[in-house]
Amino acid sequence: MTNSLNKGKKRKAVALVSGGLDSMLAVRVMQEQGIHVEGINFYTGFCIEGHTQAIRKKDRDKPKRNNALWVAEQLGIKLHIIDVTEDYKSVVINPKHGYGANLNPCLDCKGFMVHEAMEWMTKHDFDFLITGEVIGQRPMSQRKDTMPIVTKESGAGDLLLRPLCAKLLPETLPEREGWVDREQLLGFSGRNRTPQMALAEKYGFKNYAQPAGGCCFLTDASYSSKLADLWKARGEKTYEIDDIVMLKVGRHLRPRPHFKIIIAREEGETNFLRGYRKNYLSISTVSHPGPVSLIDGEPDDDDLELAARLVARFSRGREAELVTVEVMQKNGESRNIDVKPLLADEIPGEWYV
Amino acid sequence: MKFPVSGMSEITLDARNLLCPLPVIRTQNTVEELQQGDTLLVKCTDHGVINDIPAWCRINGHQILSIDEQEYEIVIKLRVGKNS
Repeated sequence: MTNSLNKGKKRKAVALVSGGLDSMLAVRVMQEQGIHVEGINFYTGFCIEGHTQAIRKKDRDKPKRNNALWVAEQLGIKLHIIDVTEDYKSVVINPKHGYGANLNPCLDCKGFMVHEAMEWMTKHDFDFLITGEVIGQRPMSQRKDTMPIVTKESGAGDLLLRPLCAKLLPETLPEREGWVDREQLLGFSGRNRTPQMALAEKYGFKNYAQPAGGCCFLTDASYSSKLADLWKARGEKTYEIDDIVMLKVGRHLRPRPHFKIIIAREEGETNFLRGYRKNYLSISTVSHPGPVSLIDGEPDDDDLELAARLVARFSRGREAELVTVEVMQKNGESRNIDVKPLLADEIPGEWYV
Repeated sequence: MKFPVSGMSEITLDARNLLCPLPVIRTQNTVEELQQGDTLLVKCTDHGVINDIPAWCRINGHQILSIDEQEYEIVIKLRVGKNS
């Protein structure tokens, strides 16, 4: 597998590994040229992989794997998973290049990740960086006019090699220095996946993750709507990791501008929300089976009664004259109140976030 | 800084109430501070770790010694391989 160009020092590349097919192929193209590759994968807090499945009981029995780890194992490379949740906030809150269709700051995100990978590369004495990017593959971050922006703003410059479309891009340092043979690199472009699938077949890759509209919750319209609502209610664009995890759980209803209710949709979510009762005021039904609900905000007594009636509506006591609910403070103090469940037509559609 | 050890040591990592991949990341970061042959007990609540931590160990050269899966909690014991 060793390329004749690499008879001297064995060169080392760090690869951005998302868990998808493109980065998997990019790594193998480099391995074919005798390059030592290790993967890097960033945890931003918005990664779709894992969270919802971990929370919802109905999904727990589905076969689950972390695709980045799976890819690394198939390729026989090490994978370094880096928690970037704190530093990533500035990307989400104030993206220099703006958002995509939702709150997805894809161009800034790519620049951030390449920059972080560059720092890791320098610290660990690797020679260059590779990604699985393909020109024209993504509407924001993988266009012929935006890919040079990532190259420049990340600070990677000509140490960033994109093996799958390198023939369509200017020569990089690894090519000029002869660490890799440009002729053996590829010239993929566009959204057509056929060339990637053919290459996957050539390499014998099976059961790789299928593209599913991105790997990030920020590309999801419903999730972005909840995040926008959170920022609007707080009057500022800030978040903590618990906030963004909570946006993936339950129904979110905002009856008043100053508070919202998160209502579990099933047993798994109820168990998950129960673990957060020290962080939020909570309401759960006592007289009838029902979901655990958390209150985010500062409700007064009237608001709490409204919230309790709303929670009762989502319990098995929705048709009952009265439902007893327990209202628990963050410190564990609780009191029971009897409320009349809201009727379906007393819940305006605009309450749903 | 490595954990102070005299001979092999056993460390416990509390990764409960963390969702994947955070338990894997915490495991990775803890293992970086340990010595070859040390053992690490990881306590978790996200059942995804049953696949993810063994996969991480396989690709990084560490050995799973046991996985104790209860309804709400999983305890994984691993032996640290050669860190490079």
